[in-house]
Amino acid sequence: MSPLVLPLLVPLTTAVLCLVVARPKVQRVLGLLGALALLVSALALLLEVHRRGIQAVQIGNWPAPFGITFVADHLSALMVVAGGVVAVAVALFALAEPDLPRERLGYYPLSHFLLFGVNGAFLTGDIFNMYVWFEVLLLSSFVLMVLGSGKAQLAGGVKYFAVSLFSSVLFLVAVGLLYGSTGALNLADLATRVAGLPSGFQNALAMLFLVAFGLKAAVFPFFFWLPASYPAPPVTISALFAGLLTKVGVYALLRVFTLLFAQDPAFSHGVILWVAGLTLLLGAFLALAQGELRRLLSFQLVSHIGYMLMGLGLLTPLALAGSVFYALNHMLVISALFLLAGLLYHLQGTSVLVRMGGLYRSHPGLALLFLLPAFSLAGLPPFSGFWAKFTLAAAGLEAGAYAIVGVALLVGLLTLLSMGMVFAEVFWKTPPEERAVPGGWERLVFPVVLLAVLTLGIGLWAEPLMALSQQAARELLEPTPYIQAVLGVSR
Amino acid sequence: MNTLILRTTSSFLFTLLLLLSVFLLFRGHNEPGGGFIGALVAVGAYALYALAHGLSAARRLLPLHPLRLVGWGLLVALLSALVAFLLGKPLMTGVWFSLLGVKVGTPVIFDIGVYLTVFGALLSAIFGLEESAKAHRSEEG
Repeated sequence: MSPLVLPLLVPLTTAVLCLVVARPKVQRVLGLLGALALLVSALALLLEVHRRGIQAVQIGNWPAPFGITFVADHLSALMVVAGGVVAVAVALFALAEPDLPRERLGYYPLSHFLLFGVNGAFLTGDIFNMYVWFEVLLLSSFVLMVLGSGKAQLAGGVKYFAVSLFSSVLFLVAVGLLYGSTGALNLADLATRVAGLPSGFQNALAMLFLVAFGLKAAVFPFFFWLPASYPAPPVTISALFAGLLTKVGVYALLRVFTLLFAQDPAFSHGVILWVAGLTLLLGAFLALAQGELRRLLSFQLVSHIGYMLMGLGLLTPLALAGSVFYALNHMLVISALFLLAGLLYHLQGTSVLVRMGGLYRSHPGLALLFLLPAFSLAGLPPFSGFWAKFTLAAAGLEAGAYAIVGVALLVGLLTLLSMGMVFAEVFWKTPPEERAVPGGWERLVFPVVLLAVLTLGIGLWAEPLMALSQQAARELLEPTPYIQAVLGVSR
Repeated sequence: MNTLILRTTSSFLFTLLLLLSVFLLFRGHNEPGGGFIGALVAVGAYALYALAHGLSAARRLLPLHPLRLVGWGLLVALLSALVAFLLGKPLMTGVWFSLLGVKVGTPVIFDIGVYLTVFGALLSAIFGLEESAKAHRSEEG
């Protein structure tokens, strides 16, 4: 019995049970248990992959390349684990601040269907199935985005819906062209066939995939929709989106641009490097101009996607390891910051920076707690963000790509500046008006502490995760074991 | 729609259509048909009944909320997929066994799950549409 399908079965079972049992109180318990079980199953999968190498399963026992294939290498397993951690943190937050109207509308089944789709996208070994998993997670996210029908939510939802559909159409067109020209959809099968296509056609396909996944990952010039939609829903939904959804786009880019389109890196990965640099710069500058906390964090989210693309653009073992490490670290840090924004909203009744303030005097511990993920995001030692940026910068210098390293370091400083501004506005400044501090915030702290301690722990003890990331990078650059794991099993 | 002909025939047709939908469900294993098509016919039966007798009458024919049926349908499909997994084969591999002399397999159970899911989803959409139309009418009137 392979643990490969467990990260799919657990969220599906949780979602279905939540649908059958409609009572919110039972759903809350089920939601938390499901998230915990997901984390455990993800860790079991990582252990299995680490011990026995790349795992593959043919669903329904139809042999590859004709059946439905799931594959887990180090990259997939690590992403699933990080997703599980985010799921647990968000479930704890949702439990601490129950939102009864949204629970009645199906928050729990929908969020677990979302996790089901995300894990499916991480684990699938078939490009068309990846499209299907994208649809699973998009459909759940569409409903979650507008759940409760707030005015801002509907406005953000329309933008999100339109952009996502457009990107899905592009993705489908690209898959169709790929299938029409090679006759294959299985990623491992495709990897052996794409090299035979004319190089111009390869590059055209590569760019189609770059746009389709770039829209999902919110990179330059396609990031405009994210800050317009992510701040709209409540934080238990937007923290889940911020932690998981863009990373699915990043994962898809990492997978496709190492397995399929690595024949002409001077062109395709050159473009990715430009995209990475512009995403980094524009996101960081736009974040400085924001006056609302969650919008600011959304721009930070966009900006830091650039770091993950930077490693992919450089395409060296160290750079890819940096990308993977960055993606994992960022999932924890940005979810922590979004949850913290929800906690600050609970305390202050607003997330507009000028109207906040004075929390350092009343909640000094909270100020310290904010600094942990904020410094990690900016890349200060001893947090996980430091090692992520350090690896990428080292890889960039090694490859002689000085311009992008300069941009990366500059954006680190800009992030620090932006986080410092938030700290000054929210914690140091005397509040513009006196207001009673609501109680009950202590319960909301725990999930943030969990994520903050993790980022500190990874920073202080970076060796194991870095070794796993380097293993993931080696597997990405040397696809033969991946192809054998998929196509060899059935023969 | 308050015509005698429709009201009389719809009661007969309702039963007939439901029977047809179950027939289509089981026929789908080897011939055209299946859970999806069968559920569409069953939803058609309910829609016809609602047209003739009103929505609340059609609702009374269903003992639970259609959205619950979506959950149960998915649960049935999930369990059918799990059988092979628990026997140590890849997920969703077809498993066949004999039940009172009839050959039953997990694909049939999966199809029953699909039937329930599609039926519940479409019926709750139809009931929902009618509800919002009613709310709209009461706002105007």
